[in-house]
Amino acid sequence: MLDGTPLTWTLPNAVAGTMVLSLNAYVLLGGADFGGGVWDLLARGRRADDQRALIAKAIAPIWEANHVWLILVVVLLFTCFPKAFAHLATELHVPITAMLVGIVLRGSAFTFRTYDSRQDHVQRRWGRIFSIASLLTPIVLGVCLGAVAGGRLPMRPTAVLATVSFQARFVDPWMASPFAWAVGLMTLMLFAFLAASYLTVEAPDDALRAVFRRRALQSQGALLVVAAVTLAFARADNPLLFEGLTRGRTAVFMHAVTVLAVIVSCWSLLTSRFHVARVAAAAQATFLLWGWAWTQFPWLIPPDHTIEELAAPRITLTLILGALAIGTMILLPSFVYLFRVFKAGETAFGDEGQVG
Amino acid sequence: MSDLMFARSQMAMSLAFHIIFAVVGIAMPAMMVIAEGRWLRSRDPVMLELAKRWAKGTAILFAVGAVSGTVLSFELGLLWPSFMEHAGAIIGMPFSLEGFAFFTEAIFLGIYLYAWKRIPPRAHFAAGVVVAVSGALSGAFVVCANAWMNAPTGFTIVDGVVTNVDPLAAMFNKAAPAQIVHMTLAAYASTGFAVAGIHAYALRRGTPHRAFHRGALQIALAVGLPAALLQPLSGDWSARDVAERQPVKLAAMEGHLRTGPAAFVIGGWPNGETLEHTGAIEIPGALSWLLRGDAQAVVPGLDAVPVADRPPVAIVHTAFQLMVACGSVMAALALWGLWRWWQRRQQRGIALPDDRRFLLAVLLCAPLGFIALEAGWTVTEVGRQPWIVQDFMRTADAVTPMPGLGVTFALFTALYIGLALTVAFLMWRQILKTGIAPRPSNMTGELAIPRGLSQTAPRP
Ligand code: HDD
Ligand code: HEM
Ligand code: HEM
Repeated sequence: MLDGTPLTWTLPNAVAGTMVLSLNAYVLLGGADFGGGVWDLLARGRRADDQRALIAKAIAPIWEANHVWLILVVVLLFTCFPKAFAHLATELHVPITAMLVGIVLRGSAFTFRTYDSRQDHVQRRWGRIFSIASLLTPIVLGVCLGAVAGGRLPMRPTAVLATVSFQARFVDPWMASPFAWAVGLMTLMLFAFLAASYLTVEAPDDALRAVFRRRALQSQGALLVVAAVTLAFARADNPLLFEGLTRGRTAVFMHAVTVLAVIVSCWSLLTSRFHVARVAAAAQATFLLWGWAWTQFPWLIPPDHTIEELAAPRITLTLILGALAIGTMILLPSFVYLFRVFKAGETAFGDEGQVG
Repeated sequence: MSDLMFARSQMAMSLAFHIIFAVVGIAMPAMMVIAEGRWLRSRDPVMLELAKRWAKGTAILFAVGAVSGTVLSFELGLLWPSFMEHAGAIIGMPFSLEGFAFFTEAIFLGIYLYAWKRIPPRAHFAAGVVVAVSGALSGAFVVCANAWMNAPTGFTIVDGVVTNVDPLAAMFNKAAPAQIVHMTLAAYASTGFAVAGIHAYALRRGTPHRAFHRGALQIALAVGLPAALLQPLSGDWSARDVAERQPVKLAAMEGHLRTGPAAFVIGGWPNGETLEHTGAIEIPGALSWLLRGDAQAVVPGLDAVPVADRPPVAIVHTAFQLMVACGSVMAALALWGLWRWWQRRQQRGIALPDDRRFLLAVLLCAPLGFIALEAGWTVTEVGRQPWIVQDFMRTADAVTPMPGLGVTFALFTALYIGLALTVAFLMWRQILKTGIAPRPSNMTGELAIPRGLSQTAPRP
């Protein structure tokens, strides 16, 4: 909260909160799918193929469902904050396009690899595309978020825009912002860390578990370093943002719980309490995200446009929230069912064969 | 080309690409579910195998549909920011509902594909039904949004500012019912015909797995033929709708250039500026009669609006004729097929028409549905030009100020061509695995297909 505006539950704030919630779900679910691709790229050693197989198995049944969270964020943005959507899609045209290419390549390459049964060089090439796209896409996503958070994308009058060069308008705001790139790297580390933490639970044997435990600790370390660098850039780049990140009781509280999650995560990884580590990793990511949301409140497009200002008419917001409520009642049980089905063993109906 | 032209081309290409996978995502689950339902009833192992093979192909196509759809959601803002700025709050509703339909579709498709061993057969079947229903629903929702661009309602404009927004009125706009029905039928017709064509090819080539391919052909025809039969009726409804709400689009479709009693124009290359036709066959008064029941009725022509407000009439007219031609052939095949079906039922109790002539016809008609689909969307979208929202916002006013769109257009063209080639190659490999040719090819090992209960079917 840059200026200490108290949080009130107005309609626009409720919708914005819902958007952060679904971004949160995307980070925890879709983010881990991207992270899995990173570990696929880095799979080493005698059991590299087993690692890849485990990653593929963890991603396969649900990546499309995980992916829809991103769609939901976009749809909520253009329905409930159409001006913000139009503005961001214009100013961030270049990185968003890059991100789309990454999303297309990752999703399709992964599916092609999974469903084409022949083990040959064609398939290995898809594996390569999948993992490289998994590496680049989160960085670009983070860069976009970082450019917004850093206040690099002010809304300017058309008369001013006419005098701004292509470079200054469409490239520099994200390209020339060290803060945005730091957020990009942080996103990548976070996704990799989430994936490694989850995979410790899903690994079928101790050797693989040990591999991913090491990976989780390594990426946690890298994440902490990048986070510190990000904070330093925020200070140099953007004093206002830095102030928001460090001042005020809520910010301090958010930092405290994040640190607590970090400690629990490291402790449980070191002591092989993998179920705890998974929860701690998810909590860490969640607090990080909400910490950012909190810092940015009440601005949707810092430094000068608030959530209230950019919101769609009330009737739209009301209807959307109603639709979300009804949708959630259908979705939640479906998701619970999905995760239960894939947590349970394969024994019960084993005689029916499987696709493949 | 100007940036506007690049933006339009990129949008058109992305949609034309996505719609193929979207349509498959609507109709394939229905066919899988029918196959699985037949397996549950008869325990014919061929039907189970069929459901699984189809599911595998669907998984590949679904993923491409998901990523190309994601591109579209962003492209609405990347290419048409001013459009979304004004329209987002009005038509966001169906897009949000579509989001939920995607969720249910993706969740239960995951279950359908990966949980054969994990849940009871009936639960598995039910998951397939959910996929089929939510696929159809997501199509219907997005078409609502598109229909609003044709028949904008649910808002008023005061001094250039959008007020009195009513998202429900916008969603249930006048164009929506006809478009939804037509689109949904198109999904079943085009997918059904394409799949039937593949299996007809296998049967004609003399596959070793006759029971498998016969079963597949039967289901594909059962889905495709009735839809193709209804499609001209639904198209007639669409055309009357268009005549009422977008008379200029109708004039462009029909190549009706000057206001007055309207002839039915077949073929030809109309010119929107000189208002001349080249090489058309005209049936005087026929269009007036079709629309109003009176050969002398006056129908507004393209000349009813200034040149600047006319759509590219030659494209719209040609695309419309192409769609109607495909639709007519498909409906004729449907009639023939249903008649043969009925006839054979009377004679021998074996319904599926599988003589070589009929199979050849099915094979030749395989691509027509998809051609009609693309042509139909061209009619709808190009026929609306120069408006992005009919009578309210021009496409030229909606385009992004970002220069250099040629680069992104080239990028996405390359990407989509690559994807299309890959998908075609993969599907072909999947199809080859079903033993489509008498001898196995060296491209792929053939998978064992169980011998079915219906293996005893007589051969022609
Ligand atoms: C298998 C596909 C298919 C087939 C066989 C047909 N159509 Fe079609 N048509 C479509 C697939 C399609 C479509 C791609 O789905 C469209 C684009 C927008 C829409 O709602 O449906 C469409 C649009 C469309 C429109 C414009 C609607 C609008 O702008 O709102 C009209 C007037 C027709 N059709 C009429 C016909 C007629 C008279 C047919 C007679 C045989 C026919 N269609 C066959
Ligand atoms: C999937 C089937 C669809 C196809 C094949 C299709 C085809 C096209 C084509 C050919 C154009 C270019 C028209 C021109 O520039 O002359 C276009 C433009 C456009 N379409 Fe569609 N369309 C489809 C569905 C939709 C839907 C469902 C929406 C939105 C809800 C939509 C929104 C747009 C927009 C915003 C443009 C750009 C502005 C314009 O040219 O009018 N389209 N589409
Ligand atoms: C502007 C137009 C459109 C946008 C923005 C759009 C957006 C999307 C998105 C984001 C997805 C991915 C969902 C997932 O991850 O599962 C998707 C898939 C899908 N879309 Fe579209 N879409 C458009 C046009 C259409 C049209 C015209 C239809 C059909 C009539 C359609 C039907 C579907 C269906 C059935 C799917 C499910 C996935 C599949 O089966 O491949 N969409 N679309």
